[in-house]
Amino acid sequence: MQFILADQGFHWSDAQFLLIGALHTLLVSVLAGGIGTCGGIVLGWLRHVSTGIRVVTTPYVDITRSIPLLIQLILVNSALSMSGNAFSTFWLSIIVLSSSMTVVTSEVVRGSLGSVPYAYIRAARSLGMGYFQTLFHISAPLALRTGLSAWIGLLLGLTRDTALVSVVGYVEFMKSAQILISRTNETLPLLLGVGLFYFVICYPVSRYSAHLQRGIAS
Amino acid sequence: MIEIRSVHKKFGEVEILKGIDLDVKKGELLCLLGASGSGKSTLLQCINGLEPIQGGSITVDGVNVHAKDTNLNRLRQKLGIVFQQYNAFPHLTALENVTLALRLVAKRSRSDARAIAKKHLEHVGLGDKVDLLPTRLSGGQQQRLAIARALAMEPAYMLFDEVTSALDPELVGEVLDTMRLLKSEGMTMVVVTHDISFARQSGDRVAFLHSGRVCEVGTVAEVLGSPRDERTQRFLQRDSRA
Repeated sequence: MQFILADQGFHWSDAQFLLIGALHTLLVSVLAGGIGTCGGIVLGWLRHVSTGIRVVTTPYVDITRSIPLLIQLILVNSALSMSGNAFSTFWLSIIVLSSSMTVVTSEVVRGSLGSVPYAYIRAARSLGMGYFQTLFHISAPLALRTGLSAWIGLLLGLTRDTALVSVVGYVEFMKSAQILISRTNETLPLLLGVGLFYFVICYPVSRYSAHLQRGIAS
Repeated sequence: MIEIRSVHKKFGEVEILKGIDLDVKKGELLCLLGASGSGKSTLLQCINGLEPIQGGSITVDGVNVHAKDTNLNRLRQKLGIVFQQYNAFPHLTALENVTLALRLVAKRSRSDARAIAKKHLEHVGLGDKVDLLPTRLSGGQQQRLAIARALAMEPAYMLFDEVTSALDPELVGEVLDTMRLLKSEGMTMVVVTHDISFARQSGDRVAFLHSGRVCEVGTVAEVLGSPRDERTQRFLQRDSRA
């Protein structure tokens, strides 16, 4: 009896397969980054202005920040399957990553808003500017200076963390690489290639943020 | 006219102002003197409603500052205030510092606001600094910028809260000169200061505060020349020795 092993070599279709995985990673990063940033700005501002909201949301913030994303993905996946709600693995990933990004961003936003010296706010209000005028024209730009580099760090972290969504079966870049590795046994070149890809996405973002920082500081 | 009537102000349990009565008349320069912690700065911030009060009343041209239905943002256009430090918004150029409230609060057009701002910056001697960020300005220039920014709103009163206290000695003069310029133009001013020589030269009246009360008020000649209250005498003696 003879076993016919799967073809172990690389094919052009593999490149296409990897490319789709890479696009999935980008899509998840951009979508979860966008939702999480918007959510984080709102949540962070609410937690900055209202003690009540801060107290009520603290358990959510603490739990989301403290439990590893890997566990959150598996728990939410199990909870959703048990409750009979059919979410695609894509949306499940988006929900969990956005929630995590929202929480970590909200803390950066809250800290940055809190770091704006009261004297500037007082100066703005004394000119007759209203609360929201002061928030948009004084507090927010000054908070942005403080929080920008921390937020970029979170965004880069999120992009790397998207690799975790492979555990719930979403075929993003990491998962597609793993699938190819198990077929071809070419572990090293594939992992190096995948690592390089994450670097290629993250490095320009990090350079651009350094450029922005210099612009703001001058 | 600003009328201050038995104003009480507490921070938590601590009573800072214990019944202040004071008038500011149109066109005068009233200096508020007193030791640190006597409540001078707090009183100034109560006048433009930055701080709530727990008793008494403050009226500015007949408008009760702390009444619920008072539009504070409108009232504050009448009351320019300059603080000890951190006045200039660090992310905006000198010109933008001045145009911001002109556009947002006074609802001027962009070009109107620029013209008004330039006029006031030139007035305080910053005509060549309009495009600089505050970090490029000296402390004295930042204070003059703050004065121009407040003046641009065309206030009826200017309140000064120890505006020279955080400055290097060589920068004090230019700020005091700017204040004297305003005085010569007839601006009504309330000046919280430790600078007794400024009060002597430029003030019309002086109020001496001691632990939350006005213990002496009168013309410069009366209060600084022949103080009746023992605490004023001690304060002035300490100052002349220093």
